[in-house]
Amino acid sequence: MGRYILKRLLAMVPTLIGVAVLIFLLLRVIPGDVVEARYLSQGSQFQSQDLMDIERAKLGLDKPLWKQFTSWMTGLARLDFGVSMWTDAPITQEIKLRFALSLQLALMASTIATLLAIPLGILAAFKQDTWVDYAVRVFSIAGLATPSFWLGSLMILAMLVVFKWVPPMVFTPLWVNPWDNLAQLIWPAMAVGYRYCAVGTRMMRSTMLEVLREDYIRTARAKGLWMKLILTRHALKNAILPVLTVISTEFAFLLGGLVVTEQVFNLNGLGMLFVEGISHRDYTLIQALVMLVATAFLTVNFVVDIAYGWIDPRIRYR
Amino acid sequence: MRKIRSLLALLAIAALAPFPIQAQQPRHGGELVFPVPSEPPSYDGHREETFGLIHPIAPFYNTLLRVDPNDRSGTKPSPSLAESWTVSADGKTYTFKIREGVKFHDGSEMTSKDIKASYDKIIFPAAGVGSSRKGQYADVESVEAPNPTTVVFKLKHTSGSFIASLLSPYNFIYKADILAKDPHWYEKNIMGTGPFVFVEHVKGSHVVGKKNPNYWDKGKPYLDGFRAIFIRDSAAQVAAVRGERAQIQFRGFSPKDRDNLKAALGDKITVQESPWDCILMVGLNHKVKPFDDPRVRRALTLALDRYEGSKALSQIAIVKEVAGVQVPGTPFATPPAELAKVAGYWHDPEKSRAEARRLLKEAGVPDGFAFTFTNRGTPMPYEPLGVWMIDSWRKIGLNVTQKVVEPAAYFTPLRKGDTQVFMDFQCGYIVEPDLDMYKFLSSSRNPANYGFYEDPTLDALYDKQSETTNVEERKKIIREFEKRVLDEQAHYLMTLQWHRTIPHSSKLHGWTITPSHYLNNTLDTVWLSQ
Amino acid sequence: MAAAPQTLDELARAEAPRATWLSAVSDFVRQRPLGAVGAAIIVLVLVLAVTAGWVAPYDPLLNDYAAMLAAPSAGHWLGTDAFGRDVLSRIIYGSRTALTVGLGASLIGTTLGSLIGVASAYFGGRVDLVVQRVMDVFFAFPVIILALAVVAILGTGAGNVILAIATPMVPRCARVVRSSALTVREMPYVDAARASGYGHARIILRHMLPNVMAPILIMGTAFLGEAILLEASLSFLGLGVQEPTAAWGLMLRGAAVEFAETAPWMAIFPGLAISLAVFGFNLFGDSLRDALDPRLRTQ
Repeated sequence: MGRYILKRLLAMVPTLIGVAVLIFLLLRVIPGDVVEARYLSQGSQFQSQDLMDIERAKLGLDKPLWKQFTSWMTGLARLDFGVSMWTDAPITQEIKLRFALSLQLALMASTIATLLAIPLGILAAFKQDTWVDYAVRVFSIAGLATPSFWLGSLMILAMLVVFKWVPPMVFTPLWVNPWDNLAQLIWPAMAVGYRYCAVGTRMMRSTMLEVLREDYIRTARAKGLWMKLILTRHALKNAILPVLTVISTEFAFLLGGLVVTEQVFNLNGLGMLFVEGISHRDYTLIQALVMLVATAFLTVNFVVDIAYGWIDPRIRYR
Repeated sequence: MRKIRSLLALLAIAALAPFPIQAQQPRHGGELVFPVPSEPPSYDGHREETFGLIHPIAPFYNTLLRVDPNDRSGTKPSPSLAESWTVSADGKTYTFKIREGVKFHDGSEMTSKDIKASYDKIIFPAAGVGSSRKGQYADVESVEAPNPTTVVFKLKHTSGSFIASLLSPYNFIYKADILAKDPHWYEKNIMGTGPFVFVEHVKGSHVVGKKNPNYWDKGKPYLDGFRAIFIRDSAAQVAAVRGERAQIQFRGFSPKDRDNLKAALGDKITVQESPWDCILMVGLNHKVKPFDDPRVRRALTLALDRYEGSKALSQIAIVKEVAGVQVPGTPFATPPAELAKVAGYWHDPEKSRAEARRLLKEAGVPDGFAFTFTNRGTPMPYEPLGVWMIDSWRKIGLNVTQKVVEPAAYFTPLRKGDTQVFMDFQCGYIVEPDLDMYKFLSSSRNPANYGFYEDPTLDALYDKQSETTNVEERKKIIREFEKRVLDEQAHYLMTLQWHRTIPHSSKLHGWTITPSHYLNNTLDTVWLSQ
Repeated sequence: MAAAPQTLDELARAEAPRATWLSAVSDFVRQRPLGAVGAAIIVLVLVLAVTAGWVAPYDPLLNDYAAMLAAPSAGHWLGTDAFGRDVLSRIIYGSRTALTVGLGASLIGTTLGSLIGVASAYFGGRVDLVVQRVMDVFFAFPVIILALAVVAILGTGAGNVILAIATPMVPRCARVVRSSALTVREMPYVDAARASGYGHARIILRHMLPNVMAPILIMGTAFLGEAILLEASLSFLGLGVQEPTAAWGLMLRGAAVEFAETAPWMAIFPGLAISLAVFGFNLFGDSLRDALDPRLRTQ
């Protein structure tokens, strides 16, 4: 088991390095830089070239690429993420501000997705090819198909017109004021969670179908729903695992990938930070954010792999 | 009897009391809350260009001179740290009398030494110190402080716009001793002479300032403090004002936002509107055929029915006034009747389009000719203006596709000349022809002219008006300049002037709108009622 | 009541079903009603896209300043937008953009991903390991971030959007196809082909690829839906297709958001169009997945 864990851990390293190289190069291929973004954006009549050169030198943008890369990587090794090119603030500070919100939103959305997916998937499996099955599949696919930003806009519009109420705009942490916190985050959590439940529902349904195909279950067909549930409760454990896998892999992407949702609900999260960082050409910030999300993603994968390896020893020796 | 009479008199006075007196007395107290759409990257006004710095940080500082906060045209100079000034007979020396008894927030006295140090930093920055507006003061030879209450500016030659250039709201006066020790100190720290003292800045959240009890303008500020909240999303900003969590947003809202606020809050909202000193203009790359042909360029401007555009777009965008090279309603702007003679401003759209088609044919441009319009990726008002113009050009048989470039990378293709027709833009802090018309000078004089043309006649006209001090004379020359740049040569095409709409809480008084969103943010004259 | 079959001929005729395309379709509808609904929607979108020129009542690019923000009426069934352009016509023409981008991105992403996945499975060993690592690297980026980065590099516009959307699809497709291809590689006919001395390319393209069509098809249809959504998201952010082109995502930004309270039709109908189209593709893909192999687990 120990060897397996080590193997999986080591497999993460080249991927992380690959991600680092890719994002570094990608950013520098993109035209424009942070100095231009800052000094040429206001339409003022006088554009100072030497001011821009001074700024570029200060940020180290005039150094050769490999030098910039190595200084960044050595910083990373020391867990020093550097400062944002746009605000000069330490990146850990910039990220910390938004991390709590994004983390909470990702957790809430994943929870809602799971809470919806498991019962719906089981129900659809038990009632396969009946109208219940169809209804569940239509419901969950509708979630996949609806653009979350459209759904969000409609939700806000409905609340405004019907209840004359707008969700709070400033983030209050959960332990400071749970009411304000939830009043702001429950709506995007629902919009996002609904969307992701489809993936989980589909998985739950197919794994449940497999379980139901077992002979001892088939013979109990006449005994009704509750009987089947009791018989399957042991198999349920194995059936739920792939669902959790799917939802947890998506979770990592919810951290930085909710760009449009955050825009619609005006949330100061990591997604907004991403978009702002790209539009500001804030290389250090984007690099740090990408590494964060990639690490989260790989860590979740790692944990899932270990869990599987522990449950099913055959996997360890593949 | 006497008692009854005095009782009646008392009743009469009591009955009249609820009727408000015309001029309300400013009330002391209260905290002004306002959203700011963007956060400043540093605190140094000499370095930054964004209004995101001015709105939350200007209240902590004073400048040498300021624009009169009660002047709607935003052009009248008024004393601030300088009490008065004189100009020498040859027009090249400006002497300012500096106010006494002004204290920095750390308690030290402000003298001419500090003003000199601040302006030296702006005009003659040391190596490694960045100054955004250095180019504006190219005419200045030196800044001297012969005694603690006098500052002298010596110019290389006369200039009709030097005082205007000193009105820049970015020219914060810093403490000389601090600058001597560390010229970068003010990038990360705030310490000025302004009406408010810095309390805190929580990144991504807000800036708080509290009243300066030792402010040199006795009796001001009226407010106890202010809170600038950083809210990027415009809908959220409107919601803040609508929910009465904020009193005003100093940049501007869209016409729809104004209507929504008025509908929701009625009399609790007061709306101030003004033409805005920002405009988008279409540039034509003279190095690319067929845009080197003035006939083609004139056709493009003739195709734009600016009056219809103004009526339609003012409902959905922040543009409105039909403008030439100056903000309409300001001293040097061409009156509408005369402007209507310039190509593209005729009141007959059919005639204009027919003429445009004729010109295109004459220039040999085939029907259905396709070109690319490079536009900037900022939604408002670039997008609606782009849609309007493409539709207009379609009506004269031109097939235009838009290539939208992200703001951060916008100037790369422009600088490289990798454009055909493109959108350019200009925002000023004060309406002054020298500043506003600088853009149109030949590329050899203005490297930021991405139309890449040389027009010595135009340059000569610019220089002539710059040196003319007689206002009527200057107006005539400016009109000639306008006719040449927009009509005869059609080097650039003006779109529509932006329109500034500030709906604010009726409890807010003492703030007058000007064409510039960089002005009038010191907040010393602002007070809140009730 | 017909007489019971007497001769062999009659027997043969009685056994053989009348296999017309009509009965095949009705079988499909009966067995998989959801998939049929999905297919119907897809056909509708396709028809609209092809016949847009005839079906749309107005020119989608024509500004009509006299009729700005007009509510749905007899003249404009779905109302007009902020420039007086007919919403219905723009939605109809928008199907063209959706399909072009969706099909383009899905085709490129699936083709490239499948080739990489199969080749990686086929060659195995070091090649497989390296390719897997590279794919993992791309996989670790959230989809929209990768798309945003590609748009930032290449610029906006329909062609670049197609590439931007296809990019995150490649590793996802490669991973799924690879696991199917791994099983195919063990098949005897592949060994036989190798023994016969066929070249690598031939074996990959002629022997392995056709046998992993099931997951490829499923991915393809799923990606189509995702592509349309992603295009809508990018256009909504202002980084996709640009004005004045008619595109559903583009119709949801700007004035649609600002005038949502007073002119809700601008936001409602394009959103419905997107939802319906993606819904159709997903329904169809879902049924396809059920039909081809209910045990098949993607992702």
